[in-house]
Amino acid sequence: MTVGILVMTLTLTAISCKDGKKDEPAAPMSNEMYQESMDDKDDMAMSDNQDAKAEAILKDYFNLKDALVGDDNDKAKELGATLASTFGNFDASSYSDSEQQELKDIMEDATEHAEHISESDIAHQREHFKIISKDVTDMVAITGTENTLYQLFCPMYDGGSNWLSMSKDVKNPYYGSKMLTCGEMQKEIN
Amino acid sequence: MKILKIIAIIALVGFVGIQFIPTERNQSYTVPETDFMLVHNVPETIQKKLQVSCYDCHSNNTQYPWYNKIQPAAWFLEDHIKEGKAELNFNEWDSLSSRRKSSKLRSIIKQIESGEMPLDSYTLIHKDAKFSEAEAEELINFITQLKDSL
Repeated sequence: MTVGILVMTLTLTAISCKDGKKDEPAAPMSNEMYQESMDDKDDMAMSDNQDAKAEAILKDYFNLKDALVGDDNDKAKELGATLASTFGNFDASSYSDSEQQELKDIMEDATEHAEHISESDIAHQREHFKIISKDVTDMVAITGTENTLYQLFCPMYDGGSNWLSMSKDVKNPYYGSKMLTCGEMQKEIN
Repeated sequence: MKILKIIAIIALVGFVGIQFIPTERNQSYTVPETDFMLVHNVPETIQKKLQVSCYDCHSNNTQYPWYNKIQPAAWFLEDHIKEGKAELNFNEWDSLSSRRKSSKLRSIIKQIESGEMPLDSYTLIHKDAKFSEAEAEELINFITQLKDSL
């Protein structure tokens, strides 16, 4: 048994070593790409690639928000799992070191909460959604987004809670049908 | 009658047999620098309470009760400890970013408030792990303060 595992581990290591070598020649190229995208950022126009990733998170976040607005526990579970993997796949490599650190913290935190959403009842899902909303808001502050977003605020839920939406109409994800229009538009983002 | 006897023997053999399957013991004699109590100034009463009520599953060192040396209880506990440590490990507290600390503290407050933690299956046997109303309030106040100061 142990010998078998050892052999397998060695084989796997050998394979990954090979892969590593194959990647080496490509490294200078990806460096160039890195610089290019940095230049783009100076022009205030981010590369499509970067945008796509933050946009993917926003898209999944809005879907989750809508499921909570609709009091749909099962759908929110599903979307929580989707969002967890979108957060996990976020590639921050084109940002500055301090931004990368911040984004990494955000993604780690958000992934954990999204995972919880994938296995909780709706009351818990809403608790975790509050934190994810903060994480995503902080992410947008760094990554920006191509759409205009609105930060909405519900003063009643948990001492006051924010969420993001593409629309300024209040559809409250923290209460759903119980208090659908509780809240106000606080801020326009972008 | 005979069948019952056979079943009893099989059960006994099985029970004895599983005792030989090793379990991972969650034991460590050193407390790392990243420990919650070393990083923060925690009042002594709260330190004690955390140790008794939380650290068995949320640190690298479990005070094992005698019955945990017996299967299948050992498996049950091993599972809980693994899950508990994955969620929150007080020993590794300071390795978390302040964002994550803040959201962990938030979760601690929520779970104590709602009585989700400590688990019923734990307090059933560890009576002293239960939080009285005053103890819960004291802890929640402390954690809230800590969270606001982060």
